[in-house]
Parts: sequence; C-alpha cells; structure tokens
Amino acid sequence: MADSLHLDAVGSKNSNARWKRVLLEVVAIILLLLVLTPFIVVLFNAGKTYDQITLSPVAPPSDWSMVLTNIKAVFNDPTTDFLGAFLDSLTITAISLSVIIFFSSMAAWVLVRNKSKFSKFSFMLFVAAMVVPFQVVMYPMVYFLKGIGDTLGIPVLGTYHGIVFAYLGFGCSLSIFIFHGFIKGVPLALEESAFIDGCSQPGVFFKIIFPLLMPTVMTVAILNGIWIWNDYLLPLLVLGGNGQVQTIPLAVTAFAGAYVKQWNLIMTAALMAMVPIVILFLFAQKYIIKGMVEGAIK
Amino acid sequence: MKRSKAWDAVFLGPSLIALVMVVILPFIQGIGFSLTDWNGVRPVLTYVGFANYQDMFNSVEFLYSFLVTLLYTVVNVALVNVVAFLLALLVTSRIKGRNIYRAGFFIPNLIGGIVLGYTWQFMFNDFFTALGGQLGIQAMQQSLIANKDTVILGMSIVNTWQYAGYIMLIFVAGIQSTSQEVMEAATVDGASYPQRVTRILIPMIANTFTISLFLTITNSFKMFDLNVALTNGGPAMRFMGKIVKSSQLLALTIYNKSITTKELAKGQAMSVVFFLVLVAFSLLQVYLSKRKEVEA
Repeated sequence: MADSLHLDAVGSKNSNARWKRVLLEVVAIILLLLVLTPFIVVLFNAGKTYDQITLSPVAPPSDWSMVLTNIKAVFNDPTTDFLGAFLDSLTITAISLSVIIFFSSMAAWVLVRNKSKFSKFSFMLFVAAMVVPFQVVMYPMVYFLKGIGDTLGIPVLGTYHGIVFAYLGFGCSLSIFIFHGFIKGVPLALEESAFIDGCSQPGVFFKIIFPLLMPTVMTVAILNGIWIWNDYLLPLLVLGGNGQVQTIPLAVTAFAGAYVKQWNLIMTAALMAMVPIVILFLFAQKYIIKGMVEGAIK
Repeated sequence: MKRSKAWDAVFLGPSLIALVMVVILPFIQGIGFSLTDWNGVRPVLTYVGFANYQDMFNSVEFLYSFLVTLLYTVVNVALVNVVAFLLALLVTSRIKGRNIYRAGFFIPNLIGGIVLGYTWQFMFNDFFTALGGQLGIQAMQQSLIANKDTVILGMSIVNTWQYAGYIMLIFVAGIQSTSQEVMEAATVDGASYPQRVTRILIPMIANTFTISLFLTITNSFKMFDLNVALTNGGPAMRFMGKIVKSSQLLALTIYNKSITTKELAKGQAMSVVFFLVLVAFSLLQVYLSKRKEVEA
C-alpha cells in the first residue's frame, strides 16, 4: 500500500511539475485555514465583552484575559450548571463505553460460536436494528421506560443507569457487528485447548479471547465515544432538558436559550465544549482516524 | 469443561435485553401507536386505522418537509462527495505534511451538531456579514440562513465542512488500496491527470463511492442536531398557500409534531414513513454492492 499515490505529475521532472506541486501546497494551506476558521472565530469571540462582539465580530480580541473572565462567567452561571454537565457527560460516556464494550464483545463471541437457530436469529435482530432510525422509536421508548420505572418503582428516566441502558441498546448493534467480524477469524482451537485444560467459560473469554480483541475495542470505543459525547436527542428525551443529570450538548442548548444573542458567552460555552475532544484527538489521532474509517467500511 | 447454554445466555443476555427493550419493542409499539390517537397521556387509545397516514399525505407541512429533505439530501450528497473526493486527491498527492492536512480536514467531524449549529449561526449571521461589510462585498452582507432561498445551501455548507473530512478519509483508504503501477503505466502511455482520475482511479474505487454515497445519503436524510441549532426550521415561507418553515427537515418535523403540538400518533406515522424510506436506501445499497461483487 502506498501512502501517497503521486497522482500529480508522475515521471515528469521538469520545472513545470515543481510549480504544480508548489501550487498544490498553497491550495492545501489555504483550505486548511478555511476549515479551521470557525474554530479561530470561536476562540477570538470567546475573548470579547458583549459590546466588543457586537461592534466587531471579526477582529481578534484586544485583551486575551477576557477569555478567562468569560469562562468564569459561564462556569458560575446560575441557570446552567456547566461544570456539572461536563462531569455528567464524562461519567455517562465512560460508563456507557465500558458497558457497550464488555456486553457487545461477550454477545458477539456467543453469536459466533453458538450455532443454534436462536443465536442466528439474535444476530439478525442486531443487524436489522441498525437500519431503525432513532426517530421511529424515541417516543415509544420514553413511554416504555417510564412505564417500567413506574411498575418497578425505580426511576429510569433522568438517571445514569437509564441513559446507560439506552446507550447499550442503541450502541450494541454496530459494536456486536464489528466484534463479530473479528472473532470469526479467531481460531477455535485456541479456546478449545483452554476448555480442555479446565478453564471456565468466562475464564476462556476474559483470559484468551478478550485480550485479542484490543484493536477492535479501540475502534468500537472511538465510534461510540464520539457519538455519545456529542449526542443531543437521546439525552434530551431520557434525561430531560432541565433534569438533575445533564450533558454538554444539553447545557449548551440551555445556555444559548437563556442568553439569546449574548454571543460572547455562547462562543465561550462552545469553546469549552470543543476543547476536550480536540485535545483528545491530538493525542489519539492515529487511532481515531483508523477507528472511524474501519467503522464505516465494515 | 465445555461451553454451557447457561453461560451463553449470561453473555448474550444484557445486549439482547437492552436491544429488545429500547429498540425492538418500542419499534413494534410505535407502529401500533401510529394507528391510534395516542398523545402520550391519554390512558385509553382508540384505533383510528390509517387516518394518521391519510392526514399526513394531505398535510402541506409534511409534503414540504419531505421535499425539502430530498432537496437537502441531493445538494448535500453532491457537495460532500465532490469536496471529499477532491480533498482525498489533494492529501494523497506528493505534497508535504499530508498527515497534518488529513487530521486538520477531519477535525470538524469530532464536534457535535449542536455546538456546530450555534457556532455557524454566529458565523453566518454576524461574522460573514461583518466581514462582508469591512471588505465592501455586498453579497456577503446578507446572511445565507436568514433567506428562504439560500438556507438549504447554508445548511449544506456547514454539513460539508463537518462531514467532508470524514468521507475524505474513506476515499483515502480506497485510493491507498489501489495499485500504483496501473497509474504509472497510464502516465507512461501518455494519459493526462484528469484522464487518469476519471478513467482509472474512479472505476477502481467504485466500491468506495458506493459506501460514501450511502453514508452521506442516510446522514443527510436523518439530519437533526444541526438543523435544530442552526435554523430551528426557519425562516418561514409560503408553500401551496400555507405558511411552512423553509428549512424544517423531516426529523425536526417529526420532533416538533410530537413535542410542540402533542400529536404523537401523527408524528409516529411520519416516522414510520421516514423509516421505510431509509430501508429502501439500505436495500438499494445492498443490491448495488452485491451486483458489483458479481462483476468483480
């Protein structure tokens, strides 16, 4: 596999070709700047007062320390608990990811190894569910979860366990599908000898199979992580727009609703929503790009 | 020791139960609700047959929303794929720092639609208009998303900005899997660059095109978050003698039908149609990629 195809001017060594390459490089730099412009605009305008932003939304801020002032203002805002939403988002994403990774890989293993009709039917169910858009099931689901909560006397809506359960339901299909594809290629002999040695079934899975799945775990974690971190509609319905438990997209919406046109504060809130995920990306770039591409192609 | 059915059930159980409870049962129940007068609070439901579906197909709001979603899908799919393919050619050419460009073009994809929606609302309404004023460009002083004729283009621009970097990566993976010798042989034979791309590269990565086309089709058709935060359906316009929201795509129409007017059963009927269209897209994709496999 070639990293670059050298599509441009292969074989020609004249100065014409070199000029073409310089031109391509200039085009690339301009495009990159264009793509990054909205991020720069957010950063610039998070450093302004209300008057400054109304007067000039284009110029860089005159005093960069305003960024900190605005961040403090957003954090101390009485209407939206931004820090709480940040921690809730972190908790919900982390727990949902762990739950999805464990239960999906366990289920995928059974679906590969167990050849019964029920197993085949279950796999079909998981795959078919991937076509179902959230809009079709969202209200019946809320109604259903509320009913379960009322019947059992344990609240489901507005809770951590409620939303984690919902994320498992919506996230497991694609995750099982991806794990299934990988486990199919794991030789059966590997686990059979462990069974003969007297290893229990959970032992075989967690000691032998699961460690082999690590690259796939990364793919599954990245695909689900970006989705859950940014998701808006499911938390809105399961947690409610102004419930105890909030996520960042909900907080940003509530904030933008409460401070109509106070763009300096809205841009600061947007900045704070962007920074964690961009930092994460800079560290785990290689894995994220690989995971996103694999998720799409499989 | 051997595999046991009991352990298999324990391993499969949690995922299967969650899937059945939040997707399968609500899905079946949802189809049932679309045949009733469900409004979320009424304790006893009345069966109304296909009345909700009849209402929907006679409703100007739904008809407009359906058409504008198709329009958005067509514009957006074309824009995203063309931009993504050109970007993929750029970042697989022999320029320096290819990996930096790949990462940079991809970054917008990490940010959620809600945050992007508010950011771009500011970009369109305040930033570009102010910039247009400073540069003295008349055309820029009008916000794209404040005008019913350009609002869909505005949404497509934001979605292209967000999504093209992702589709670009899929094209890059496709391009990298092709053999370089064929391209070099064509160059030696005197094929020009556009000829090499259109006659050799594009046919070689036809499967990648199928994947990216259907990803963008479903992504466009399901558009919601960005729609809410960027325009929330506005601005209003006249269509077949009724006032409709010019940029209210289907997913938002379904949401508003249920939240704002509490007509949950009608929203449910719309979502069933929404689902059927998506199923049709998926079946078409499966059919097309199966046919390609046979050819190859």
